Amino acid sequence: MIEIKNVTKTFNELKAIDNVSLKIEKGKIIGLLGSNGSGKTTLIKLITGLLTPNEGSVLIDGNKPGVESKTVISYLSENNALDLGMRIIEILNYYQDFFQDFDREKAIKLLNSFDIDLNKKLRNLSKGTKEKVQLVLTISRRANYYILDEPIGGVDPAARDHILDTILTNFNEDASVIISTHLISDIEKILDEVIFINKGKITLQEDAEKLREERNKSIDMIFREDFKC
Amino acid sequence: MKWEIDESKQIHPQLVEEITKRIINGFYKSGDKIPSVREFALEARVNPNTMQKALQELEDKKIIYTKRTVGKFVTEDPNIILKLQESMIDEITINFINTMKDLGLNETEITKKIKEKLL
Repeated sequence: MIEIKNVTKTFNELKAIDNVSLKIEKGKIIGLLGSNGSGKTTLIKLITGLLTPNEGSVLIDGNKPGVESKTVISYLSENNALDLGMRIIEILNYYQDFFQDFDREKAIKLLNSFDIDLNKKLRNLSKGTKEKVQLVLTISRRANYYILDEPIGGVDPAARDHILDTILTNFNEDASVIISTHLISDIEKILDEVIFINKGKITLQEDAEKLREERNKSIDMIFREDFKC
Repeated sequence: MKWEIDESKQIHPQLVEEITKRIINGFYKSGDKIPSVREFALEARVNPNTMQKALQELEDKKIIYTKRTVGKFVTEDPNIILKLQESMIDEITINFINTMKDLGLNETEITKKIKEKLL
């Protein structure tokens, strides 16, 4: 379980995350939903340990973010952190060296399913293809938590379905998947639970089916209603 | 086969309905093995736990059953499937009649319309 307790993160004077508490259980697909600048990425970076909170605490299976949590969290960041001069096959080697839980066979199978040439350099791939490579690397680890920050932002709608299929088929049942996105209608059917974030605050955490039942609307519509400008 | 899912309503009842329909129309026949939760979830592109809930409901209604370690199967009791078919036909017919009545048609007019369109 990921437990966030009264976490605040301030940049200069601005509260990017404002007294947030939430729990993320195992075995669920969770949508972290918010518009651009709502605090999604900051919250994720606090969970992955890339940022430390000014106040409050983050615990991953009882441990503070650090060496241990890095082995249980597989994180797809918004920005590509890989060396653009590397060939994909070299990146696979690098991942294998770096992450003990990396399943190389699986990664190759998935890359093939996306028709990605392993001999190409990252630099020579389109934005969408780069994102697919990142996604494949992230879900080819046998982790307890998969955190996917905007995994479908840069790919065309036709490829989104294939990416969702890949996510649905490839994580183990006890793991949790956290997907942050503003493209709600594309992913809402695969979510167990939704978390709405706005101006650094969690405004809602609820079971997706319960929410539909209560409000008789799609998650996408509910989100639009709640955050009307 | 395509899954039409309306995201503004609860998803699991729609999954129950779709799978029931497939059993009634013989896409999955009595005694057939049906896809696993994961396979079904992928096919419908829905959350596996939501699909699990739908399959549990079908199992509670004895429409499907689980053979341990082998998988899930359509009931071998033809009466259950017949009853399902009847209740679905009734439901659709009643809905149709009510809609027609809401539009101001009387029974004679409704019957006339059906006959006209059946030709």
